[in-house]
Amino acid sequence: MQTGSALHWLKMTGGPAIRGRSQFREASMDKTRIDEIIDRHQGKVSSLIQVLLEIQSENHWLPKEALQRVSEKLQVPLTRVRHIATFYKTFSLTPKGRHEIHVCTGSSCHVRGATEILERVQEHVGIRPGQTSPDFRFSLETGSCQGSCSLGPEMVVAGNHHGKLKAGDVEAVLKDYK
Amino acid sequence: MPRLNSAFELEKLRKDIVAQRDSLKPCIAICAGTTCLAYGNDRLVRAFVQEVKKQSLEAQVDIKATGCHGFCEKGPHVVIYPEEICYVEVTPQDVPEIVAQTVKAKKVIDRLIYTDPQTGEKAVHQSEIPFYQRQMRLIMGNNSKIDPQSIDDYLACGGYSALVKALFEMSPEQVLAEIKKANLRGRGGGGFPAGLKWETTRNAPGKEKYVIVNGHEGEPGAFMDRALFTGNPHSVLEGLIIGAYTIGAQQGFIYTRHDSPQLKDNIARALTQAEEYGLLGDNILGSGFNFHVEVHIDIGIFVSGESSALMRSIEGKIPEPRPKYIRTSVSGIWERPSNLNNVETWANVPQIISRGSQWYASIGTQKSKGTKLISLSGNIVNAGVIEVPLGTSLRTIVYDIGGGIPNGKKLKAVHFGGPMGGSLPASLLDTPLDFDELAQLGAPLGAGGMFVMDEDANMVSVARFFLQFLADESCGKCVPCREGTRQMLKILTNISEGKGRQGDIELLEELSQVTQAASLCALGRTAADPLLSTLRYFRDEYEAKMATS
Repeated sequence: MQTGSALHWLKMTGGPAIRGRSQFREASMDKTRIDEIIDRHQGKVSSLIQVLLEIQSENHWLPKEALQRVSEKLQVPLTRVRHIATFYKTFSLTPKGRHEIHVCTGSSCHVRGATEILERVQEHVGIRPGQTSPDFRFSLETGSCQGSCSLGPEMVVAGNHHGKLKAGDVEAVLKDYK
Repeated sequence: MPRLNSAFELEKLRKDIVAQRDSLKPCIAICAGTTCLAYGNDRLVRAFVQEVKKQSLEAQVDIKATGCHGFCEKGPHVVIYPEEICYVEVTPQDVPEIVAQTVKAKKVIDRLIYTDPQTGEKAVHQSEIPFYQRQMRLIMGNNSKIDPQSIDDYLACGGYSALVKALFEMSPEQVLAEIKKANLRGRGGGGFPAGLKWETTRNAPGKEKYVIVNGHEGEPGAFMDRALFTGNPHSVLEGLIIGAYTIGAQQGFIYTRHDSPQLKDNIARALTQAEEYGLLGDNILGSGFNFHVEVHIDIGIFVSGESSALMRSIEGKIPEPRPKYIRTSVSGIWERPSNLNNVETWANVPQIISRGSQWYASIGTQKSKGTKLISLSGNIVNAGVIEVPLGTSLRTIVYDIGGGIPNGKKLKAVHFGGPMGGSLPASLLDTPLDFDELAQLGAPLGAGGMFVMDEDANMVSVARFFLQFLADESCGKCVPCREGTRQMLKILTNISEGKGRQGDIELLEELSQVTQAASLCALGRTAADPLLSTLRYFRDEYEAKMATS
């Protein structure tokens, strides 16, 4: 039934699928969870990137122990695991803040005023792109296109899109993320 | 779900699905594309579900969360069938009224329909909105009609009939001949004829061959592929299966983005459903043809959209490009022949097979056939995803479809192809959308990102912006790209800050030649293109910056 499919869609997205994934866990993931992820990929060497990606998206960063476990289980040298983990900007080898701020600096947001937004965010949280605030409240990243250019300039905080921003809006938006 | 063992069983299932559906039954189709989702339309979907339940209409009304309708600027979008009434900028507060007035009482709510900001004219149906009027939505058109998670919806729209035709009425040679005759050109950037590429892989020695969907879409301002792939995943999959049959591949890969849960889920579901129906896997529809597909998720680095880098990534290695003395279509993933096409190219295949190459070749210009998806962004009134026949003039796109430049400003330039593309001045706005004409003017069509700039844009800063992007994204494997982009960026930054030195422009031109000639992959080879095109059309802006230093 079609209504059912819309309901399924809501369930699938967990309602706000792109929202609220900001639970900060400083402690690294336990071994069994990592093993589960690896087993799901049947321990195939070609799944190395996918395994790291899943650990990163659950844990928000890649602790050293996790890299070691992946290396052991997939029988890939740790150097190669680290090669991959350091190559992609998506992977972080340091803990992230409770709320990740992502300011879009793609071309369209750029001409619609992204520079001012970024400056205001930096001023307000006191960190630069790539950094995490000492109280672990925020991490700041810039990056290009979110694919929703009609919303530009845009920033995504903890998965929530905030579009058509003016520099003056920044403080009010960030206030809600404790 | 029953596994289908023949073309007959598929057609019977299709008939049953259509027969069970009442074309007069109201259906609320809510756009769940990237932008509408960012507008928070999950709340909207929930509000409709609750309201329909509250009014005990569950049995009488269907609700669908569909793919992108394209008109992102006016999202969230809702279309009410069967009258096809189109509402824009809908909020959860509007929901009770829509259900009571439009769904039940069949009345149009005036304040929710589109009003042209210039003429004040109102449009009740999608087809009356100027944004849609000049489009030809052959591959995007079904987005507002189907639930991307329902293979039955796709079948009801005639889905997989092209696959049946290819498998049971045509030999692989005949399919190949059709694709060549249609002159389908790759939509990912190069515009290389897909038929020739298929033929190379087909003829390459080796038993094991691969076909790949490139759904990487890494350049800023390009979001049409994810709109298509999220909204209608089966159309891409059907094209891929036909391609595999033609080329003789038993294994396919889908390489796509990590940052959209909808996209990942819709692809995964499409694969599962196709397998359950026997449209994928062993002995497809009893034809004896076996084909399996695996999904690989890219994790956000620009260069991994490059064919050889992408293939290394599928192997589980660092996505660094390799020299292509031997093309990937002959030696790709694990050194086996691998045919890579982008999302939009694959989605074009089913309609070519269904409706014939002659029909397809009647759309477009002499050498650029069919339609093209374009994502419109930048200083434009109607940003969004559009589909137009190739040959449409840029003026039509900017003014008739795009609604012109906001805030009463003048158009300065349009830019194609993102960081590896080029900009055209407003004076060339009558140029048709055509692979070769745009390339000749120094602004190749690329994947279809069209970025519009108003009179306030500073072209030196635009060139610097794109170069900065590539300097950050260069994988660093080859020196000409890594160092070339860095040095060019340094000089360009100096110029844009008014610290340029005599001879800097000439030095930039020389550096760009070396980077172009000596880089390993297209990233380095085309890194200077935005710079060169802005020097070609806006040299006075560089000179003015130099004069201030």
